[in-house]
Amino acid sequence: MVDGSSIATAVRDAIRVAAVELRPDVAAALARAARSETSARGRAVLAQLVENAEIASMDRVPLCQDTGSVWVRIEMGSDERLGGDLHSQVDAAVTEAYRDGALRMSMVRDALLDRTNSGDNTPAFIEIVSRPGTGARVDVMLKGGGSDNASVVTMLDPAAGIAGVRDAVVNAVVAKGASACPPLLIGVGVGSTFDRVASLAKHALLRPIGSSGDPRAAALERELLEAVNATGVGPGGLGGSTTALAVHVETAPCHIACLPVAVNLGCCAIRSATVELR
Amino acid sequence: MPDAGRESVRGPAREPAREQAREPIRVQLPATHEALAALRAGDAVELTGPVYTARDATHARLVAELERDGRLPYGLEGQMLFYAGPTPAAGGRPVGAVGPTTSRRMDAYTPALLAAGIVGTIGKGPRSEQVRQACVREGAVYFAAVGGSAALLARRVTAAEPVAYPELGTEALVCMTLDRFPAFVAVDTLGDDLFASARNPANGGAS
Repeated sequence: MVDGSSIATAVRDAIRVAAVELRPDVAAALARAARSETSARGRAVLAQLVENAEIASMDRVPLCQDTGSVWVRIEMGSDERLGGDLHSQVDAAVTEAYRDGALRMSMVRDALLDRTNSGDNTPAFIEIVSRPGTGARVDVMLKGGGSDNASVVTMLDPAAGIAGVRDAVVNAVVAKGASACPPLLIGVGVGSTFDRVASLAKHALLRPIGSSGDPRAAALERELLEAVNATGVGPGGLGGSTTALAVHVETAPCHIACLPVAVNLGCCAIRSATVELR
Repeated sequence: MPDAGRESVRGPAREPAREQAREPIRVQLPATHEALAALRAGDAVELTGPVYTARDATHARLVAELERDGRLPYGLEGQMLFYAGPTPAAGGRPVGAVGPTTSRRMDAYTPALLAAGIVGTIGKGPRSEQVRQACVREGAVYFAAVGGSAALLARRVTAAEPVAYPELGTEALVCMTLDRFPAFVAVDTLGDDLFASARNPANGGAS
């Protein structure tokens, strides 16, 4: 039985872990890259990132000073019935986790009309989807501003096809990837609608590096990773062969006239955690 | 002709950015123009001494004060700015996690600040052409620190003293004392730009 308070607790605990513990799949990918990187400067940057993860875990200090905006995705069992105000409960959990964890308050009240700090890192951005059965899966991502700033949504013509998607990804990396704290984890969404495609791209960042997604997209993911790593942007943007650790593609149905593409850049300290509630 | 770049904004081709030196070059802050002029894009450095944290909101205020008074406030002349907004201090340490934020957002303010006496900046990611030219004109250096390594970098900060704008929270102007803080020279006083050479496919990314 899932309720608002168990979801809020899951969010609070996920924030605490994600802020200071690097995802194991990302840590392993950084260690592999430190061995394969061709640039000496790139290897020095990667070694610094590997050591940073060890220090963050040991000192219980955040991996990055930008402890992010909070994105919560809840996959809710269709048999669950939630009472109460889930948004308020989650925001209260965010406030508690950020105050107690000495995390940075990085949210302003309004993007344009009131850029004063909200003081408690709220609101969280919550997305709720349904799945059959009971229980819930809660994914929490603390998304840095620098890597989101380097992300793009573009509406291609269907004729642009796979080449168009590849160009969109490479162009995003060349344009701003060096400021997004490479080596990157790159989420690519293709399909759905203008408003939904960015969410697909963000969801792709949750998938552990090395695990398989849609087998039909596996070859494309490898091709995109090669293309991104051929840019030479490198670790820290300072040159090298490791610009990205992985590219994850998520696709969806769309309108006959459309080919929506979103590229969400995840940084080398990408922070997310998942909690399964039963 | 090592000094050619001082005459023209982009001088003739010089030797490419040096591959990372065996040992980082130690730079004592506040840095003299002579010490800064000896640095080359691509050099690994370790910075020791005071720097002042300043990011988006801080820059808007500093430049407003500069325009009003005609000089830099808070004794910033000859000092270095660090584009950073730390997490709150905890566990008896002087600062929480602290690492570089994206320098590009400060580009619009930087030429005026360098002209007024800021001798160096620390951040992440490439700068505008205007900033590169200002580094040549003013003999200033832009250092790139590694984004995403804020727990490690925090261990290289030994003190933090609030200077101004406490109401800005993480964006307050704070004097941080660095101790062997690792960074790379990204734009040197000759105008050589490490990010531009990294982007150049001719380098194959292998610098």
